[in-house]
Amino acid sequence: MLRFSTTKVVVMLAVTAFICLLAVPNLMAPDTRNAIRQAVPGWVPSWLVPTQAIVLGLDLQGGSHVLLEVDSNDLVRSQVATLRDDVRRILRETRVAPQGGIVAMPRGVQLRLADAADVEKVLPRLRELSQPISNAIIGQTGERNIDITTNGDSVQLTLSQAGVEERVRRAVDQAIEVLRRRVDALGTTEPNIQRQGADRILVQVPGLQDPQRLKEILGRTAKLQFRFMAEGGGSPSEVEMMPSRDSGGQMMPVERRVIVEGEDLTDAQPAFDQRTGEPIVNFRFNVRGAQRFGQATSENVGRPLAIVLDNEIISAPRILQPITGGSGQISGNFTVEQANNLAILLRAGALPAKLTIVEERTVGPGLGQDSIEAGKLAAIIGTILVAIYMIACYGLFGVMANVAVLLNVIMILGLLSALGATLTLPGIAGIVLTVGMAVDANVLIYERIREERRLGRSVISALDAGFSRALATIVDSNITTLIAAVVLFLLGSGPVRGFAVTLSVGIVTTVFTAFTLTRLMAALWFRTMRPTTIPL
Amino acid sequence: MRLLRYIPDDTKFGFMQYRRISFPLSAVLSVLTIVLFFAVGMNFGIDFRGGTLIEMQARNGVADLASIRQTASGLGFGDVEVQTFGGPDEVLMRFGLQGDSEQAQQAVVGAVRGAFEADYDFRRVEVVGPRVSGELVQSGTLGVVVAVLAVLIYLWFRFEWQFAVGAVIATLHDLVLTIGFFSITQLEFNMTSIAAILTIVGYSLNDTVVVYDRIREMLRKYKRLSLPDIIDIAINSTLSRTIMTATTTFLALMALAIFGGAVIQSFSLAMIFGVVMGTYSSIFIAAPVLIYLGAKVGGEGEAGEKTQASAQQAAP
Repeated sequence: MLRFSTTKVVVMLAVTAFICLLAVPNLMAPDTRNAIRQAVPGWVPSWLVPTQAIVLGLDLQGGSHVLLEVDSNDLVRSQVATLRDDVRRILRETRVAPQGGIVAMPRGVQLRLADAADVEKVLPRLRELSQPISNAIIGQTGERNIDITTNGDSVQLTLSQAGVEERVRRAVDQAIEVLRRRVDALGTTEPNIQRQGADRILVQVPGLQDPQRLKEILGRTAKLQFRFMAEGGGSPSEVEMMPSRDSGGQMMPVERRVIVEGEDLTDAQPAFDQRTGEPIVNFRFNVRGAQRFGQATSENVGRPLAIVLDNEIISAPRILQPITGGSGQISGNFTVEQANNLAILLRAGALPAKLTIVEERTVGPGLGQDSIEAGKLAAIIGTILVAIYMIACYGLFGVMANVAVLLNVIMILGLLSALGATLTLPGIAGIVLTVGMAVDANVLIYERIREERRLGRSVISALDAGFSRALATIVDSNITTLIAAVVLFLLGSGPVRGFAVTLSVGIVTTVFTAFTLTRLMAALWFRTMRPTTIPL
Repeated sequence: MRLLRYIPDDTKFGFMQYRRISFPLSAVLSVLTIVLFFAVGMNFGIDFRGGTLIEMQARNGVADLASIRQTASGLGFGDVEVQTFGGPDEVLMRFGLQGDSEQAQQAVVGAVRGAFEADYDFRRVEVVGPRVSGELVQSGTLGVVVAVLAVLIYLWFRFEWQFAVGAVIATLHDLVLTIGFFSITQLEFNMTSIAAILTIVGYSLNDTVVVYDRIREMLRKYKRLSLPDIIDIAINSTLSRTIMTATTTFLALMALAIFGGAVIQSFSLAMIFGVVMGTYSSIFIAAPVLIYLGAKVGGEGEAGEKTQASAQQAAP
């Protein structure tokens, strides 16, 4: 066990040195790392020159973690409404009158027709509504988004499960794009926005000063519409009631007809009204929007035009003259921040569905810094205590164990950097724990050597037997811990996952150092000192 | 230099004779834990219960708990737990779930910010809705179950089945008592506590496997001795290692508990308890369980042949 070929020694030391080298970028300033990354010539493989530092988790650098869920009920509701409109249009066009109207159901609509002839007449047109679902991976799935069934003279159109799932998937994709534009507008560094599961989006924004603002910006659907106020009232199919901000939430009648929508905006900027000095949002329409807006305002001079945001009337200014320039302004007793937020939301576009915050974790920068300090202090004190104890118990061999443990910690940091793993507070706890448990490998070896020596073996044979027998035990005992850590990684999230990563990496490096460095040091000691007794 | 050594060489403690004490003791403690768990329960954090957690720091250096409690209760979000956390200027507030809807939870943060923003800095805000907390309960439970099963399978491959079952019994024993520890101390039980539990599982198994490895070795070496004697020899010969490793891990954990900050204190305390438990269980539960499991099989002859065969193989 103590004889090493030169090649083996070189490989062991080279691997150790390289893994330790991976930890070096953590000592550099981010600018230095970037400079090195750029200075490396193209023919050098990038893994050879480590420039990656450990990523600190949100619990250490401060920031917000927000988990949003697409409201699929909301999506289904709007899809059912669209379906109902489509069916109504088709009935009108085919001049077929349903008996008792179109009945809305939780996931579709139902209609009863006068006779089979009517069913025959409408059915081909209704079938056009049902689209095949295609999938990016396997192409056509063979499923359709709407199932149509007939039973005598009644027809049922139901949104298929696959269709709803597909719609949710698309909505998540669209929402991610919109959220990215919104978060980018906040000017934060390196936000992380990603899909999680079927209907969720995880937004992680490090180092944010105002988490409330982030939530306001994430949670709003931001569906902007221009509609005329229905001053004279009207039938429920043409007019709906909405709360108005101007008059303190009072319900006011608004026409259902939409003149222009937010998607026709090309720009929105916060500004101040030149006369009153109140914060407003200036916007510009695209060509189509400008045309419609111009036409509608020319025909309706004198009428109040409601600016509706997420089913609330923000304000309803009276049209004094036709607005044909394609730009306008929104006022509504905003604060400066509200105007800023609204401009961001309008520029980024509306969300395809309502998003609900299902989980939020925000850590202020102060606590993050305190946690780093506390973690560092605990790690240093823990390591010193363990080191002193090891030297007290094993003397020279204790020093060797400490060297191994120290290299162990450096290698953990190196591997975490190279893996791009996130270091969290529980992750620091994992490192400290590893320091305590890594010496176990050395303890097992040393105790075994002592035992073999007591049984009367010679120095060299005790060392040899001690290592070979202890190493089998070390593998067995560490694999069980590794299994627990891997399970934790697969099922945990956030900080806990960070803990699982450091623990797993720690176990791997522990076994590695036990097999290589600890053995090498013992061999070196034996060869140079030629001892007649083992100081254990 | 004289080296520190408080476990003498060649100890000959008769650990196995204590199984008549340790088994009933552990059984009683486990039952007590289960009773305690259902009677008192654990102090589940918002990860599993859902709700809102807010950590604030007073700008003027001292947090006035009484007035915070009064103001917070007046916000109309039901019962509020208010406690100091870390220093005297830091406060931790916990609100329960607000109804079943996800949106309703958001109102709490806004209201609390409005009420305290002037005098306090918000250090940490966590809101876990009803759905996510339900999922965390599921994945946490699943994690512990899967980990124990996976280890059982691994040990089954590496050892005889008695060892695998023994290790799992010892691990479950530690798990149950750790839950008892959380019930008695009322330390908050959250996702990090699941991490602590799984690490305790890992540590306890690690310890058990070291002892088992030696028992297996001794079984091959001493074919004439009785099983309890063999186990005693194995435990005595690994005793100084067991104590050494428990001590170094304990030292590292003490540093974490004292200096690591309030956020991971409950993790560190649970781990310290787990290290003590894991050490106890590998000696007094995992090892003696083999006597009972081995006796039940009644395969003394078969096992003897097997160990003889492997002893011949192992002979130099």
